Amino acid sequence: MDDLRLKYIKAISDARDENALEGVRLAALGKKGEVSLQMRELGKMTPEERKVAGPTLNALKDELNSALNAKKTALADAVLNARLETEWLDVTLPSRATNIGSVHPISQVTEEVIAIFADMGFSVAEGPRIETDWYNFDALNIPGHHPARAEMDTFYMKRNSDDERPPHVLRTHTSPVQIRTMEKSGAPIRVICPGGVYRADYDQTHTPMFHQVEGLAIDKDLSMANLKWVLEQFVKIFFSVDDVELRFRASHFPFTEPSAEVDIRCSWNDGQLKIGEGNDWLEILGSGMVHPKVLSAGGIDPNIWQGFAFGMGIDRIAMLKYGIPDLRSFFDSDLRWLRHYGFASLDQPNLHAGLSR
Amino acid sequence: MKFTFSWLKEHLKTTASLNEVVDALTDLGLEVEEVSDPIRKLNDFTIGKIIKAKKHEDADKLRVCKVDTDNGETQIICGAPNAREGIFVVVAKPGVYVPGIDKTIGVGKIRGVESHGMMCSEKEMELSDEHDGIIELPSGEIGEPYGNWLLKNDPEKVDAVVEIAITPNRPDALGVRGIARDLAARGLGDLKPMDIQPIPGKFKCPISVSIEPDTLINAPVFYGRLIRGVKNGLSPKWLQNKLRAIGLRPISTLVDITNFFTYDNNRPLHVFDADKLNGSSLRVHDAKGGEIFNALDEKEYVLSKGMTVISDNVGVESLAGIMGGSGSGCTDKTENVFIEAAYFNPITTAYTGRELKINSDARYRFERGIDPEWAVFGIEAATKMIIELCGGEPSEVVQAGEIPNHGRAYKVDTARIESLVGMVIPPDDQLKILEKLGFVITGDTAGVPSWRPDVQGEADLVEEIARVVSLKKLQGIPLPRVSNSVPKPVLSAAQLREQTSRRAAAGLGYNECVSYSFIDEESAKLFGGGDTVTQLENPISSEMSHMRPDLLPGLLQAASRNQARGFFDMALFEIGPVFNGGNPENQTTKLSGVLIGQTTSKDVHRQNREVDVFDVKSHIENVLFSIGAPSKFQILRGAESYWHPGRHGRICLGPKKTLGVFGEIHPKVLSSFDLKGPIVGFTIFLDNIPIPRNSNTTRPPLRARSLQAVERDFAFVVGEKVEASSITTAAMGSKKDIIEDVRVFDEFIGGDLGDGNKSVAITVRLQPTENTLTEAEIEQVSKSVIDRVESATGGILRS
Repeated sequence: MDDLRLKYIKAISDARDENALEGVRLAALGKKGEVSLQMRELGKMTPEERKVAGPTLNALKDELNSALNAKKTALADAVLNARLETEWLDVTLPSRATNIGSVHPISQVTEEVIAIFADMGFSVAEGPRIETDWYNFDALNIPGHHPARAEMDTFYMKRNSDDERPPHVLRTHTSPVQIRTMEKSGAPIRVICPGGVYRADYDQTHTPMFHQVEGLAIDKDLSMANLKWVLEQFVKIFFSVDDVELRFRASHFPFTEPSAEVDIRCSWNDGQLKIGEGNDWLEILGSGMVHPKVLSAGGIDPNIWQGFAFGMGIDRIAMLKYGIPDLRSFFDSDLRWLRHYGFASLDQPNLHAGLSR
Repeated sequence: MKFTFSWLKEHLKTTASLNEVVDALTDLGLEVEEVSDPIRKLNDFTIGKIIKAKKHEDADKLRVCKVDTDNGETQIICGAPNAREGIFVVVAKPGVYVPGIDKTIGVGKIRGVESHGMMCSEKEMELSDEHDGIIELPSGEIGEPYGNWLLKNDPEKVDAVVEIAITPNRPDALGVRGIARDLAARGLGDLKPMDIQPIPGKFKCPISVSIEPDTLINAPVFYGRLIRGVKNGLSPKWLQNKLRAIGLRPISTLVDITNFFTYDNNRPLHVFDADKLNGSSLRVHDAKGGEIFNALDEKEYVLSKGMTVISDNVGVESLAGIMGGSGSGCTDKTENVFIEAAYFNPITTAYTGRELKINSDARYRFERGIDPEWAVFGIEAATKMIIELCGGEPSEVVQAGEIPNHGRAYKVDTARIESLVGMVIPPDDQLKILEKLGFVITGDTAGVPSWRPDVQGEADLVEEIARVVSLKKLQGIPLPRVSNSVPKPVLSAAQLREQTSRRAAAGLGYNECVSYSFIDEESAKLFGGGDTVTQLENPISSEMSHMRPDLLPGLLQAASRNQARGFFDMALFEIGPVFNGGNPENQTTKLSGVLIGQTTSKDVHRQNREVDVFDVKSHIENVLFSIGAPSKFQILRGAESYWHPGRHGRICLGPKKTLGVFGEIHPKVLSSFDLKGPIVGFTIFLDNIPIPRNSNTTRPPLRARSLQAVERDFAFVVGEKVEASSITTAAMGSKKDIIEDVRVFDEFIGGDLGDGNKSVAITVRLQPTENTLTEAEIEQVSKSVIDRVESATGGILRS
């Protein structure tokens, strides 16, 4: 019996491939295999003899079966390993190309602004880029002779000589949307109005089109102090700083009274801007309490309602936040610029993820 | 508006420093744009005394000086002829920058002798052009900074010049006195009284003045006076220096005097050479239109009807409030001068100036509104100065019209002022501020001073108080939340869709552009625009003359610029307004993309290929899907003529409602853009996409069948212009309850199909609902599909 065991264990171990191994299995455990034949002999034995031979034979059968299985796995592994050794790729080759798109900084920053003001209850209004001179000027307390009209470098639409109406203008600011919103929804109001505006000016720091966001809040008891708080909140979240100091400086806009220019404390070192520290002041926006005449023009009773308005340049705050040097480059559609300063498609601004990228 | 610190002090009694004044001005709303303060730079130089001077051994013109300085005795080599023992000099020690020679002084050897500094001339310190020798001071203390010495002994030389920006509401601050008044109200000193006494005339004015009745509204009052026997010429140094300091060129005493009052008190005056006037009367009247006026700027203007002018017996001599005429201007030879002090209407002055495009100091002031009361003081003050500086004898004052009534008063509602500003300001302080600004307080009303034409209501009083109190003190107060709950969403469906479509397009590999809303006429015309109604009256250039009718031309121009930079393959998109007319309501919002060149850059996997229509078809479908546009739409043809007639499709809901267009751009259109490579594009009309009316968030239940679906393929031979969609539509309709989907998977042209034919292969997916389909049932559906397609397309099943 021991001879039999030794013979087949050796044969299994010596098998070179699956065929040889199958031959060994048949010789030992096949229908006519040596072990099988011996098992068959068990029937002829006396019970006493069988008690001895039976377990021994069964144990031998089990041992050979596991040896066969182990050898089978080993042979298969060897074959696989041999194949894998031939399978080699130069994985330093470039990946399959895909095109990666981008979102323009103006769009990204507009969405950032919306995210912040939405949290303070401001909705978003838009208005036409070609405006009547009433919405762009008169309703905002800028009558025809007002020097501000000449100072604004307004673009005018051509009028046929037989057309007596005053020419429409390309809106010089987003403020006409204030009036349109007042007319449409009445007070109270909390709204921001982002969008493109136009002035006939083109040099290093001016482009004939740029972008503004207007803010308007009307209620019964709003004050300039509320305005200051709102702007402080905005600047903190927008520039992702814990603390910031705003400086209100008296100024004049025809559509607000009192009016203030707003500066933020900052430092400039080697062209690097840091908001919230340092000894410089950076002018970022104009603001004030809505002029009673403007409220009246929008159909809102200035004896009952009061509120604030502000306007700032979206391109400008984008330049400040993301260190973009040249305003003109915003509108040049240079692929290198779009890829460098653009934003990933899935990078949609929201407050819970923060607004720093 | 520029002024000097010493000029300010002529009106303001103050101990405030320049810095304090500058800070206060900006805070008051008179924003300081520039301060040039020479003292600080001059204090780098210190006073020394030459103890000994002897000739340089190797140079005839050089002297070796021993100079006593705050660093002790120093040796300095000097080339100035006046360098001699005993004089006080101004020394630049080593390390000091000397602006006039643009050099920082070091220790050096001049012809073998060491020199430890430099003794300076005025030119070298950029104080004047004086360069005859080094400065000799009459007195001095060794080591004293030179700037401080000048401040004590010759303050005019170190007068700081301040430039402020003036907002249009503050004409009063266009005079130094107005600025001083603001500072006094802020508490930075006291406004000095101005004592202007009338100067009695010695004779009757030989020139009479009249205002036409129709013109009284635009020129309500005119004062004049002749001064005879004056001597004009260069004005005294102090006046010249004053004007030069603020950037004005001294011309002659008479003209300089008018300029002085323009800046001192915002009181423009005009002086006529009386001997050059024709006749003995001046008439203020409306121009008839067509008159030729030769102005002092040596240009000729053609006047329009209604402009206010001042004429003598022959013609127009002055354009009221804007500019005098060259014919009666004062020169060095003027002996008899006629002074004008008048008040002209700001509105008509503004319109006239704008129409004639004349920018003058007078127009700038009259159109913002000068102080009408000061006309009479102006003429007296000017008379006094002319007599002092030019001599002569004044006539009596002639007057036409009356000072217009400007009296008005408004209620000071101190509680409302606090409520608007959001800061505690005691009522007494509020009234005091107004009083210091010149308002006349009676009870709770404030009468507006004559120099503040901008104050037209209660709101203006709020601004006055707020700015004088200082907005620096303002503390933020939280804006109450609209409700005590989580903020509601704020975007409209259209706004959300714009944001989503933008990110979908970027996700498809497109780079977002923002282009100007105006383009050139030719490009506009190619895309259906370029007509007069969308034309700008005053474009910045011919490249930006028309409002864009479409986004594609801007994108194609951008693509062309990028190709010029060496980038040939690209995907660009833009979302924005386009204009189909010149009115506010003629604006719609589109999203357009262009895809140019190869699908990707050339790569080792050889997958890149030229872009084609089906790329952009996929992209437009993707973007439409992202914004929830209806998924069932038709593809029709017949879009605008700038698309390739056979290679574009309109994505439509019915024949009239187009959601978007994709395709190749017409080759003729492309030829004007100088672009290389295949170009395809798409446009989505965002405003046309229906907004779902139902705001219900519940979705229809998912019907995922447990029975296995069966797919069968069919190929049909059809005419080559039979559209695949007609085959799929017919197949789909043949057994609607079982056919779940029909897809085209192959198109083949050529072989043995015969000319004008093609083969289209489709996969039909059958989804049983109740029981597994039997072969017979499948056979029946197949037959139905074949019948339907054959009869709908005229094709046959390919065997």
